[in-house]
Amino acid sequence: MAKVKTKSSLVLGRVVQAIPTLIGVIVVAFLLTRALPGDPAVYFAGPAATAESIEQVRVALGLDKSMPEQFLIYCRDLMTGNLGESISTGQPVLSDVMSRLPASLELTLTALLLSIGVALPLGILAATQPGTWIDHLCRLIVTAGVSLPVFFTGLLLVYVLYYLLGIAPSPLGRLDFIYLSPPQVTGFYVFDALIAGDAETALAALRQLVLPAMTLGLFTLAPIARMTRAAMLQALGSEFIRTARAAGLGWTKVLFAYALRNALLPIVTTLGMVFSFMLGANVLVEKVFAWPGIGSYAVEALVVSDYAAVQGFVLTMAILFVTINLLIDLAYTAIDPRVGFDG
Amino acid sequence: MTDDTPRALSRRTFLKTGASGAAALALGTVLPLARTLPALAAANDTAVVALGTTINSLDLHRQGTNRPSYQVAVNAYDRLVSFGTKTMPDGSSSYDSSVIEPDIAESWSYSEDGLTITFILRDNAVFADGTPVTAADVKWSLDRAVTLGGFPTTQMGAGLMTSADQFEAVDDHTFVVKLPEFSKLTLPDLAVPVPFIINSKVALAHATPDDPWATEYLHRNTAGSGAFVVERWDPGQQLVYARNDKWTSGPLPGVARVIMREIPSPATRRALVERGDIDMAYEVPPKDALELRAKGDLEVITTPIENSLFVVCCNEIFEPFKDKRVRQAIAWAVPYEDIFKTAAYTQGVPMWGATAMTPADATWPQPFPYSTDLDKAKALLAEAGYADGFKVPFYISLDLVSWMEPAALLIQENLAKIGIEAPIEKIPGANWRTAALVEKRLELSLDDFAGWLNYPDYYFYWAYLETSLFNASNYKNPEIESLVAEALNMSVDDAEWAPRIKRLIEIAFDEVPRIPLWQPTLSSAMQPTLKGYEYWFHRQIDPRKLSKA
Repeated sequence: MAKVKTKSSLVLGRVVQAIPTLIGVIVVAFLLTRALPGDPAVYFAGPAATAESIEQVRVALGLDKSMPEQFLIYCRDLMTGNLGESISTGQPVLSDVMSRLPASLELTLTALLLSIGVALPLGILAATQPGTWIDHLCRLIVTAGVSLPVFFTGLLLVYVLYYLLGIAPSPLGRLDFIYLSPPQVTGFYVFDALIAGDAETALAALRQLVLPAMTLGLFTLAPIARMTRAAMLQALGSEFIRTARAAGLGWTKVLFAYALRNALLPIVTTLGMVFSFMLGANVLVEKVFAWPGIGSYAVEALVVSDYAAVQGFVLTMAILFVTINLLIDLAYTAIDPRVGFDG
Repeated sequence: MTDDTPRALSRRTFLKTGASGAAALALGTVLPLARTLPALAAANDTAVVALGTTINSLDLHRQGTNRPSYQVAVNAYDRLVSFGTKTMPDGSSSYDSSVIEPDIAESWSYSEDGLTITFILRDNAVFADGTPVTAADVKWSLDRAVTLGGFPTTQMGAGLMTSADQFEAVDDHTFVVKLPEFSKLTLPDLAVPVPFIINSKVALAHATPDDPWATEYLHRNTAGSGAFVVERWDPGQQLVYARNDKWTSGPLPGVARVIMREIPSPATRRALVERGDIDMAYEVPPKDALELRAKGDLEVITTPIENSLFVVCCNEIFEPFKDKRVRQAIAWAVPYEDIFKTAAYTQGVPMWGATAMTPADATWPQPFPYSTDLDKAKALLAEAGYADGFKVPFYISLDLVSWMEPAALLIQENLAKIGIEAPIEKIPGANWRTAALVEKRLELSLDDFAGWLNYPDYYFYWAYLETSLFNASNYKNPEIESLVAEALNMSVDDAEWAPRIKRLIEIAFDEVPRIPLWQPTLSSAMQPTLKGYEYWFHRQIDPRKLSKA
């Protein structure tokens, strides 16, 4: 009972702590977008714009008002949940984020699951048998994973698996054009299709996920495997492991119940970092696979100084980071009972 | 085959609703959600096209609508008039700027003084919802184009249509445009995508006091009489056109549905079309066009973009460039051949190497009388007092690096040989327009202006006048100002017109504020089974004549 109470107060405390962070993010995002070089009015007035039509666009975008005035309008809109309208996509930023964030989440989570599935066993094996071929394999994969740029791995996979062998589905985005997107519930096409009872579309969405998730997974595999190996090595060299083994505990029990559990903390931290980094940074994978994700959205908005979209993206990511950090802290308490709630 | 399942039935139902559901959609009802379309790439009535760009609105008149979205105005709407088509020397099909054809108007006539054009509308023309197209709809649509501001209003202004007072719906089938003076540009300007005809009854039903022109509604819906209706629009992913079987302005399209899929990576587009999963990759890079043509499995159609040039701009705010001999020296120093091979992959029309300093005819664009001759360049520099050269920053746009970077590097190399140091500066796309065209502060830069209306004087109007937006060179010449003013509204049949154009070109040859590199092209790669591809000046896909064998 006491534990539940402290946990909920931890969550509450963290949410309260997040408020100044978010206010800071709102102010900084606003100022930074205004500090971007380039004039969106000129850009969006189109190719043959005259001074007059540029001015008309400026007024239509509200950019003729003073900065404090624009900020107040922005804050007022935020209060009502209005993130403004993106000029480059022509959609409300909120609906853009709502459709693109799940796309990125679906891809990133799949990639993460995939890379955890490979990286954890690989790291553990490498740590338990340092210096053997499996350790070298781990090192090779880790080095390759970080040193091959994602667009290269992406194009390579497309070239080999799709273009040459024809076994991968066409890199057309989230769904082949012969399917219609399922009605949005979670925003994850695979789940949404299953909820709608359409196994065929779910399978198709899953197939589209394979190549980009592999590409991204290869990239994220490296830090996770490396961290697993290092943490496991450290844990296995600890005195409590020696004690446990001396006490005659089984190897499996020592490895998973004692060593792995202790090694999990840094791994989970790495997972959190990798996840949040990937979510916004997999622009190149999104481009290669025509994936309508949040990363390419942000970059395109940035390139054309699309203020509302950039601000909406920064705010969304900030909220996401806060949430992920909170979840990781909660995971800490579950993994390591020593982690205090007020620390 | 397990086609006799309920699922298959629902697919067929979807197909049927797709074909006739156009009108239903235009009325704002939601499509029944069927989960799959029939087996597609193989289907003969569906064409799948990959685009590299995103469509951000269904309404061209809206502020911020980007160029790729103009295709909706072309495909889902009609205009009063349209351009004809012609066969290019390579056998491909192109629009014909010299022929104006009926579209919604079946005929038109000029008044004696040339100041009034009276259009007679066809009486069988209907919108996708079945209601007739009337002169009132035309008036509302053209009023909208000149009132909403921004690019559409500017474009209408090119045809001397600037105010709603100039348009009058005399009766249901008679529409009149009044002009302050005659201009040859008015009629072609009514055939560009901008003055598209909207179903004003539908639009007005969705207008509000704050939004009298229904921009919010037409942003997301089409209400036109065009060959297609937009069946589905998933922003950032795809746009699906369904054929409008009530279309009256031409023979019905050979495909019932066109799927425009947004695929940002050119490498992926190429892989898709080569594998045969899509029917066409629109706007393939020159390198891919060259290679795919050599392979021979696909049909690659390359069309020179009319009234368009890739040029080097020598800005007169930079002291040495005020002297035309310095500009000529640069023109003699440019390695045209190498650039054409490296930056254009030979997919273009050479614009150098003419022999006479005077143009033989009024063709535009035509090769300039320069080629690569470093000795001539050095001599001209010495004559101008810059024998030791100078240093000038050379700007390119990050959005256009694919051709600007190789071109700039090659030019830089040759400029170094005549003593000019030209460090290359890259400017992000969003700043480029402001820096190059609005502030005109780039000393040496590259530009890619193309004019929609295919007249030389139209190009000069946009790129050589002191106040022209695209005059990135800050070039001023009173003779050009007066020649353009005289020629612009003159008919091309007028005996006075061609001599003026020739004089304009002669000045451009001699003074070279803009040094042409080559005339760019538009290439598309498609399956040999896809027929009816046509080039249009707006460089957006026009699937109205597409069919699959």
